[in-house]
Amino acid sequence: MITGFVALYIFMLAAFTGYEIIGRVPAILHTPLMSGSNFVHGIVLVGAMVALGHADGFWETLIGFIGTILAAGNAVGGYVVTERMLEMFKTSKD
Amino acid sequence: MNFWEFTVDASYFIAAVLFIVGLKRMGSPKTAKAGIKWAGIGMVLATVVTLWHPEMDAGFFRYILILLAIAIGGGGAYYTGMKVQMTGMPQMVALYNGMGGGAAAAIALVELYSHAAFQHGTTVLILAVVGALIGGVSFSGSLIAWAKLEGKMNKTIRLPGQHLINAGIALLTVVLGIWIIASSDGAPVVVTLFFIASLVFGVFLTNPIGGADMPVVISLYNALTGLAVAFEGFVLGNPAMIIAGTVVGAAGSLLTLLMANAMNRSISNVLFAGFGVDDGAQAEGPEGEMKSVEAFDAAASFAYADSLIIVPGYGLAVAQAQHKLWEFVQMLQKEHDVDVKFAIHPVAGRMPGHMNVLLAEAGVPYDLIYDLEEMNAEFPNTDAALVIGANDVVNPAARTDESSPIYGMPILDVDKAREVYVIKRGKGTGFSGVQNGLFFGDNTRMVFGDAKQVCTDLANGLKQL
Repeated sequence: MITGFVALYIFMLAAFTGYEIIGRVPAILHTPLMSGSNFVHGIVLVGAMVALGHADGFWETLIGFIGTILAAGNAVGGYVVTERMLEMFKTSKD
Repeated sequence: MNFWEFTVDASYFIAAVLFIVGLKRMGSPKTAKAGIKWAGIGMVLATVVTLWHPEMDAGFFRYILILLAIAIGGGGAYYTGMKVQMTGMPQMVALYNGMGGGAAAAIALVELYSHAAFQHGTTVLILAVVGALIGGVSFSGSLIAWAKLEGKMNKTIRLPGQHLINAGIALLTVVLGIWIIASSDGAPVVVTLFFIASLVFGVFLTNPIGGADMPVVISLYNALTGLAVAFEGFVLGNPAMIIAGTVVGAAGSLLTLLMANAMNRSISNVLFAGFGVDDGAQAEGPEGEMKSVEAFDAAASFAYADSLIIVPGYGLAVAQAQHKLWEFVQMLQKEHDVDVKFAIHPVAGRMPGHMNVLLAEAGVPYDLIYDLEEMNAEFPNTDAALVIGANDVVNPAARTDESSPIYGMPILDVDKAREVYVIKRGKGTGFSGVQNGLFFGDNTRMVFGDAKQVCTDLANGLKQL
C-alpha cells in the first residue's frame, strides 16, 4: 500500500508532469490530446479487473463486471478515436 | 516478492513511463501518431499482466467473467469508435470518458461494499469516497453531455431555482459521503444512496449547460475522471492508476482552462450560469444592408487575388463541405498561384482543435493551418478573406462593443482584409444570438447557400474563367 508522504510525492510529481506535458501544445492538437488523455485514464481497466477478481457475492461481482465493461470501453474507444484523428494529420510534403 | 508480483509491478512501471512519453509525443504533430501507439502498448502490457495480479484470488469462472467483460466493453467501443464520423468525435470522447468515470465509481463501490476500503486508514477511505463521488458525477454528467451533442436532448431544461436544487443535491451527497467515512463500516444502504446522489448531481449539474459550452464541460469531466482513477489507484495500491490518473487530471485541468480562456469564459461561469440566460436584453445589433453576390463572382475575385485566408467554422463541417473546399483551394493554388492559408479560431468546431481534425480529414496539410495569433497580423495585408459557416468568432463587436455578450472574446480580425466573402446559410445569428456587424461591412459580400453547394459552385466558377 502506498501511503503518507510517499503517496503525496507521487501525486505531486505526476501532477507537474501532466501540467508540463500540456503546457506548450499547439491548439491544433488539443482535441486529439484530450482524446489521448481520455485513453490514458482507461488504465482504470486494471483496477476494475482486480476489483472484479476479488469481489464477493452477487452484487459486488455484478458491479465489478459492469465496471470492467465500462473501463474496457474507455480504453478501447479512447484508443480507436485518438488514432483515427491522428491518422489524418499530414504535411504538404507527405 | 515472488516472480509474478515483481512482473506485475515492473510492468505497471513500464506502462506509466509509456503513458507519459506517449502523451508527450502527442503534443507535436510530427510525433503524435507514434505517441498514441506507445501509450497503447503500455495499456496492453498493463492489462495482460493484471491477469496474474496477486490480489486476483479468482477461479476459472471469474477469469471467464473478466475476459467476457473486456470483450463486451472493448468490442462495443471498437465498433462505435470505428464507425463514428469525425464531426461526432467530441461526443464520443464524452461517452468513453463517462465510461471511465463509471468504472472508477464501480471500483469504489466494490471496495466500499466489501469493506476493503475501511482497512487501510481514514485517508484511503476518504480517497475511496471522493473518487466514487467524482467518478459518479463524471459518469452521469458525461452521458448528458453526449446526449446533448448527439442531439438526443435538444431542450435545455432550467428549473426555477436550479442553483438551489443543485446546491441541495450537492449538500446531500457530501453529507452521505461524510456519513460513510465517519461510520467506519459503511452500511450498504448509505453507500448505495450516496452513489445514486452523486449520479443525480452529475445530471443536474450538466443539464442546464448549453451546447456551446459543452466542450469545456467534457474536458472538465475528462480531468475529473483522471482524478477519480488516481484516487481509486490509491485505494487499490495501484501505482499505474495513480500516475496515469494524476497526469490526466493535471493535463486535463490545464486543457480545460485553455479552452475556457479561448471562449472568454470562466469555469464557474460555464458551470453555474447558462449562456444567454443572464444577459438580459439583447444588445442592439448593427443595422444596414447585406450585399450578396453569386458564387461565380466570388470565385473570380479569389482567382485574381494574391493571397486568401479561409476561416472555417462549424457550419462547414455540418454541411460536410471540407472536401469540396479543399478541391477548390487546390485549384486556386495550382492554376491561379494564390497563396491560401487557413485561419482557425481556438473554438472553431465543437472543441479546440476539432476543426483541424475535420480539415485534416479532407486532406488539408497542417502546415497551411494557422491559429489566431499567427493570422491576425496578416489580415490587413491580405487581398481576400473567406468565412465559411463561422459567425461569432469573426464578430468585430467582440473588440468594440462593450455591451455585447461576446465582448472581450478573442476573434479573427477578418474585417481588416481588403475584401471579405462570407458563405452563410441564411441571415440568422450565431450561437450567442448576437448580430454580426461584419456582414454589413462595406468590404463584405455575402454568398448565401449551403456551404457544400457553394464550394462546388466556386470550383465550377473557376473552371469557367
